[in-house]
Amino acid sequence: MSEITTTLPGSGPKQPLAFYDTKEHHPVNGTLLGFWVYLMSDCLVFACLFAAYGVLGREYAGGPTAQEVLELPAVAVNTTLLLLSSITYGFAVLAMQRNQRNPMLVWLVVTGLLGAGFITLELREFAHLISIGAGPQRSAFLSSFFTLVGTHGLHVTCGLIWLMVLITQVLKKGLITANKRRILCLSMFWHFLDVVWVGVFSFVYLMGVLP
Amino acid sequence: MLAQTDLAKLIFGRLTLDSLPLHVPIVLGTFVVVAIGAIALLGAITYYKLWGYLWHEWFTSIDHKKIGIMYMILGFVMLLRGFSDAIMMRAQQAISFGDSHGYLPPEHYDQIFTAHGVIMIFFVAMPMVTGLMNFVMPLQIGARDVAFPFLNNFSFWMTVAGAMLVMCSLFIGEFARTGWLAYPPLSDIASSPDAGVDYYIWALQIAGVGTLLSGINLLVTIVKMRAPGMTMMKMPVFTWTALCTNVLIVAAFPVLTAVLALLALDRYAGTNFFTTELGGNAMMYVNLIWIWGHPEVYILILPAFGIFSEVTATFSRKPLFGYASMVYATVVITVLSYLVWLHHFFTMGSGASVNSFFGITTMIISIPTGAKIFNWLFTMYRGRVEFELPMMWTVAFMVTFVIGGMTGVLLAVPPADFSLHNSLFLIAHFHNVIIGGVLFGLFAGITYWFPKAFGFRLDPFWGKCSFWLWVVGFYFAFMPLYVLGLMGITRRLSHFDDPSLQIWFEIAAFGAFLIALGIGCNIIQFIVSFKNRERLRDTTGDPWGGRTLEWSTSSPPPKYNFAFTPLVHDHDAWWMMKKHHYQRPLSGFVPIHMPLNTGAGMIMAGLSFVFGFAMIWYMWLLAAVSFIALLAVAIGHTFNYHRDYYLSSDEVTRTEASRTELLASHV
Repeated sequence: MSEITTTLPGSGPKQPLAFYDTKEHHPVNGTLLGFWVYLMSDCLVFACLFAAYGVLGREYAGGPTAQEVLELPAVAVNTTLLLLSSITYGFAVLAMQRNQRNPMLVWLVVTGLLGAGFITLELREFAHLISIGAGPQRSAFLSSFFTLVGTHGLHVTCGLIWLMVLITQVLKKGLITANKRRILCLSMFWHFLDVVWVGVFSFVYLMGVLP
Repeated sequence: MLAQTDLAKLIFGRLTLDSLPLHVPIVLGTFVVVAIGAIALLGAITYYKLWGYLWHEWFTSIDHKKIGIMYMILGFVMLLRGFSDAIMMRAQQAISFGDSHGYLPPEHYDQIFTAHGVIMIFFVAMPMVTGLMNFVMPLQIGARDVAFPFLNNFSFWMTVAGAMLVMCSLFIGEFARTGWLAYPPLSDIASSPDAGVDYYIWALQIAGVGTLLSGINLLVTIVKMRAPGMTMMKMPVFTWTALCTNVLIVAAFPVLTAVLALLALDRYAGTNFFTTELGGNAMMYVNLIWIWGHPEVYILILPAFGIFSEVTATFSRKPLFGYASMVYATVVITVLSYLVWLHHFFTMGSGASVNSFFGITTMIISIPTGAKIFNWLFTMYRGRVEFELPMMWTVAFMVTFVIGGMTGVLLAVPPADFSLHNSLFLIAHFHNVIIGGVLFGLFAGITYWFPKAFGFRLDPFWGKCSFWLWVVGFYFAFMPLYVLGLMGITRRLSHFDDPSLQIWFEIAAFGAFLIALGIGCNIIQFIVSFKNRERLRDTTGDPWGGRTLEWSTSSPPPKYNFAFTPLVHDHDAWWMMKKHHYQRPLSGFVPIHMPLNTGAGMIMAGLSFVFGFAMIWYMWLLAAVSFIALLAVAIGHTFNYHRDYYLSSDEVTRTEASRTELLASHV
């Protein structure tokens, strides 16, 4: 409490009022909230791409249809890799909370490998589609397909770069508070991409192969 | 000369000497004037050895107050550019009748109205609104800075990079000829193959990153950094409107990013989102861009409402009437702003039920807005109203904005909109609300908080000259457009056949001329006030008898804002402190945790500018290099863990002691 106290005139028992905090005042760190808000804004970018796919997803313009070009088995492998990578990231965070640096790094590397596998499979799918003349220019369906799936893939790629940077930073500085916060941010980012992928998988692939 | 060899193409893309407007005298003349001005400015900075000062104290500053001021300067400079466009259009329309075709060829005129809209919204209104929020909001909530100070600096420079790209388009190549929202199919590569639309896309994308990050930053600041005791319903109304505006920014700007990215893909990668063939759908663009565009209007007007609330309460010497209803009205407007976007294109033909829905939601918005107007009026009622300049702007706003609001409700009636759509009636309407609302609000805010920012008041005489010229000029410039709109004249025309219309355009041009004088008075006001700053000095920190926390600290505030974090017991926190005979603390200061300056934000924004420019001109090599450099600097910056320091208690004591001296010498 401050040494300067005043009273409300004529308000019963005299209540001292402090108008400033004489100790050092630290507001709560807002990074995690800020990152959440960023993720929600990113979610809106995906919402627009989903909406575009919703509007244009059946505009084949005489070209290949979703049923013809989408291959569920390959996507099943893809999806499994990404879902597994979310689990391994979870293990990394558990290790981080126990302050076990090396197990955490191992789990991060495993996560990165799974993510890289996902990207590789996705690029193979894209290359195959383009080689059979089903590139993004062919129809509005393919434009919106490539953009939605590709934007997700681009996010995963950014996540991978971020992962490598973080691994370097943990090796250099150890599990300091700032690094722990960053690991948690990337964790949210990674799980977010997983959730988005569940949407892509259901909305684009599963519904796409429906007649 | 640049030969069209493969090497030159790799380096310069499609940029050739022909892209420079050497054959257009107006642009060439402008370029010469701008170049001379720029050289003079840079020369003066070098001559007075100011580069070090600017770099250390301003460019790399992460102080929210300095960033706020830099946003305001950017906004004001761009206002001059945006207004030059406006007066060129007014002059063209006033003389281009019958056989006379005016002085602007159509393709130049089309660039001017596009640039005018883009600049006024993105690079005048947005920076000024963001700047005021940046400067005022942390002071109002008793914080020392924003939540992410580095991000704040980066956001500002990204906005500057976007503005510079638009300015480049004036002298290198051309700007879009599509209108300020660049509807396809006109903005598709087939119809607009030149660099204009690409300038538009990259300028907005780069500035949009800045706006989004600043929205997140200010939002987290308000949620997490309020002084102890300041619950949500004790926040000053300006902070409330800033909160709602930043929620809108975070929820609207990603849509703009997405839709412009899709347009860019159509133009660069040959996709078919908005094309007229292979299944593309141009109306999807119109829908998406207005899902951003309508909330954008409220992003601009809500902080202005906040400013009027602060000003009205201060100069009526009364607490704001209906604080809670003001807050709820703001929140309701925030939500409703997402439910009205289709009223911008009733003529799309969505059918009677869809149009009715959006017509009704649009009309409903006038209810919370009307509640606000009544709250301000009741605040003034039986108040001890002092007609200082900010209050004059507020009264002018109330009269003007109500007219604009009513014409808005007229436009919200779908059958009426079918005849008024894209007419000058619409132009008159949105200028009526944006000038009468946003701009008057910004002027009120600038005059009100100027002494807080610089420690001296603005000269009232030149301020009043500017006020009357602006207000009268506005009515002369836009009332004729309502008349013309009702006669069925459409927007964006550079030539008219019917000579009976000319008189209306001449009146409008006269109004624009008055506004030009008003802007001139603004500039004179700044100069005169700076010259007389000793006479206009504010030694108290509270020149208007304010009510909120920003007036409890010195003018200009020390870099740590408050020596001790304030404790809040009620809204109008400072008013209550004064009522309780608050005594400034004079001793017992503790060290203060502060963020360190950094140049990373400016460097990254500079690289973004180069990247954008390279993409516009298809310089793939430069684009790749600048993008990799951008990534490298961003990653490199994350390796910098040394981002803060402690300001010693000695320095705080010294700063506070000099304020005590100042206060004592002017009792």
